[in-house]
Amino acid sequence: MFTSTKNTQRKKRQELIAKYLLMTMTLLIILPLILIIFYLIYQASPILSVDFLLKNPIRGMRDGGIWAPLLGTIYLVLISLLIATPIGVFAAVYLNEYARESWLTRVINLAVVNLAGVPSIVHALFGLGAFVLFAGIGRSILAASLTLAIMTLPVIIASTKEALAAVPVAFRQACWNVGATRWQTIREVVLPNSISGILTGVILQVSRAAGETAPIMFTGAVFYKAIQEGDLLAYGLLDQCMALSMHLFTISTQVPDVPVALPYGTAVVLLGVVLLVNALAIVLRFKIRSRKKW
Amino acid sequence: MVAGKSKISVQDLRVTYGHKAALKGISFDIYENDVFAIIGPAQSGKSTLLSVLNRTLEFTADARYRGIVKVDGDDIRHLHNVYALRRKIGMVAPLPVGLPLTIYDNVAFAPRMAGIRTRDELDHRVEQCLRQAALWDEVKDRLNTLGTRLSGGQQQRLTIARALSHQPEILCLDEFSIAIDPVTTMRIEEVLKDLSQHMTIILVTNLVQQARRLANRTMFLFNGEIVELDHSDVIFSDHPAQHKTYEYVNGIFG
Amino acid sequence: MRLRELVNSKELLKEWMIEKLIWICGISAIFFVFGIFFFVFREGADYLLRGFKVTEFFTSIEWYPTSRTQVRYGALALITGTFSVTLLAMFIAVPFGLGAAVFISEFCPPRLRESLKVIIELLAAIPSVVWGFIGLTIMNSLILNLFSAPIGLNVLNGGIILALMSVPIIVSIGEDALKAVPDSYREASLALGCTRWQMIFRVLVPAARNGLLAAVLLGVGRAVGETMAVLMATGHSIRIPGGVLEPVRTLTATIAAELGEAPVHSDHYQVLFIIGILLFSITFVVNLTADLVVRGIRRK
Repeated sequence: MFTSTKNTQRKKRQELIAKYLLMTMTLLIILPLILIIFYLIYQASPILSVDFLLKNPIRGMRDGGIWAPLLGTIYLVLISLLIATPIGVFAAVYLNEYARESWLTRVINLAVVNLAGVPSIVHALFGLGAFVLFAGIGRSILAASLTLAIMTLPVIIASTKEALAAVPVAFRQACWNVGATRWQTIREVVLPNSISGILTGVILQVSRAAGETAPIMFTGAVFYKAIQEGDLLAYGLLDQCMALSMHLFTISTQVPDVPVALPYGTAVVLLGVVLLVNALAIVLRFKIRSRKKW
Repeated sequence: MVAGKSKISVQDLRVTYGHKAALKGISFDIYENDVFAIIGPAQSGKSTLLSVLNRTLEFTADARYRGIVKVDGDDIRHLHNVYALRRKIGMVAPLPVGLPLTIYDNVAFAPRMAGIRTRDELDHRVEQCLRQAALWDEVKDRLNTLGTRLSGGQQQRLTIARALSHQPEILCLDEFSIAIDPVTTMRIEEVLKDLSQHMTIILVTNLVQQARRLANRTMFLFNGEIVELDHSDVIFSDHPAQHKTYEYVNGIFG
Repeated sequence: MRLRELVNSKELLKEWMIEKLIWICGISAIFFVFGIFFFVFREGADYLLRGFKVTEFFTSIEWYPTSRTQVRYGALALITGTFSVTLLAMFIAVPFGLGAAVFISEFCPPRLRESLKVIIELLAAIPSVVWGFIGLTIMNSLILNLFSAPIGLNVLNGGIILALMSVPIIVSIGEDALKAVPDSYREASLALGCTRWQMIFRVLVPAARNGLLAAVLLGVGRAVGETMAVLMATGHSIRIPGGVLEPVRTLTATIAAELGEAPVHSDHYQVLFIIGILLFSITFVVNLTADLVVRGIRRK
């Protein structure tokens, strides 16, 4: 018969303490955040409505809705997406399908890691120096989108690479064996079978681009610009635009006497957009994991 | 049996993976319309040899080969168009790999990639290849289901159909029966006998009896070297030239 | 018609061109990193080579970029600002982040683990401007009430916000590092009669040391480079802080706050780009080190 000695009891107790201590630490990271989100929603509730989304800010941004910044954010995100996706997907194709173990591959991987680590304000300086001034595009949606695209490139590269690596090598060999070229193999078999993973990367890029402020501050976003309400084509490529993130910054720090609910409402919409888009990516990823064709 | 024209000629072939030698200088010829078996225990370089033939070895990062390999008299190292070489050779892998496409698309893949677009010609070719692989009757009503949904034995025949879809002159089978049941194996063996009428077949196998049933000539590879290469009658007789061959064939080692 | 004759030189040319295009996209990341350095340097180079006083920049706390009579570009207070906020953030984020990583990887039942990882991922997705807003409103009033501090926007506020922002990256990289330790280590030490607690701190953590270090480094990189949150949450006082309840200004916040008003190509404007070069260099070194550390593990 085993009887628990004092020593093992002590050990048991120790282990329980450790477990609950670590659990508390984890909860301390997560719980305040959930409270904060509820608090934000609570504060914003008086103002949240469809009208809030569809009306321009008025009276020096002290009233009205967030139509102009919302549309601006959509423009910035979509255009940066159009630029970053092909480059990012092709870069991942290169790294996963063509690159061999070599110094060049190492340097590329290092560059991707560093691109992800460059501070957002440095991206802003780069965008200003390269696109606005050097390329002569001027402060515009295009310049801001280019800056965002380069900033979010690593997100797309990383997820696409992961998705491509999940396609079994045997598929590629089968294609090569029947005389398909490398590109044919990639186009017909590898890419179609990693499309959901690539989509996840694209969605994460959207969420990242939608939330960024610093990179667009000096490259294309403005404090205030009224546009036609309800007109989806209100901005041109070389116009400056408002953006949700920038608008939140402006009305919470630069404009005096803004009614309390207004910045809270803007924050909740921004947060909602970003978290929803992210949740979509997560759901998609779980779907891929549970439903493979092979 | 009279030796025909040489289809594949290998001279002093050496393959290394990094510092590890997989083939250590082997030379042999395979004749046109022959059924040529390669037997030997695992890791003796059989599959490596096949990947040299259609030059897919170059997709393995640290693999290198030296020596001369000629297909139809052309040195494959200096080919202008490597895809033409790969289309000349049909390759069946040990484990069936149905591409995640429909049954139809699996077989139509190679012709499409080669530039054939007309529906009639594709239809014709798909039917012909599936018939050759003895699969047509089982799948003709569900050509649009995924190839990966088929059973193991059916998938292996699908792979054979795909390997035939680009009308190769040489068909290589790498331990095709490893994942399928004996009945299907026998059916495929029948198919191979038919195909051997107008095609050179290279059969890599570690089932000694299979080589004996099908092959005219058999090569015994061991540890990257040829132990013995002769007519199957000799290899599988009681008195092959090498005692080691006798031991392997009769299951004394290996 | 034999198929193999169908691939002609036009097809081969197309294949070649697509391969080159893919190659160009592949190496584009290198160009972008160099481009960032080049263009940021280009905008600041003129002043850097002409009148820039390095010693003043690193040792003086006098930051008077717009003064009419006495222009000074001493960034010591800004560097200290960045340093103090980052230090405080790491002081909070490292124990909590690594603790959470250990909990998620070693103690957590699988279902809960998946949910926690999802929440951590969502935490990482919250935009920095929203964090800044939280600092500006909620944290601000909390600090005012709890510490009866004169100003709620200070090192503490920014530190907590940055800690919350760096925790996700520390947790996810740290958890990866712990997961990479072979199960045989765990089984062997448990078989020897260790408690899980002992197993974790005597066996797992030392074995995953490099990965955990990389996690912390990447957290530091994130904290140093963060802009909007610190711009909004740390107050705007350019001085060396005497305590956590004093407001500061960081390097990143300075660029964000002043670039809009500095005339293009003026000295002030160029000095802001020089700060950009400094930030780029810091994060470059931090990320490079983290990467080397991570690679070190893989090679083992």
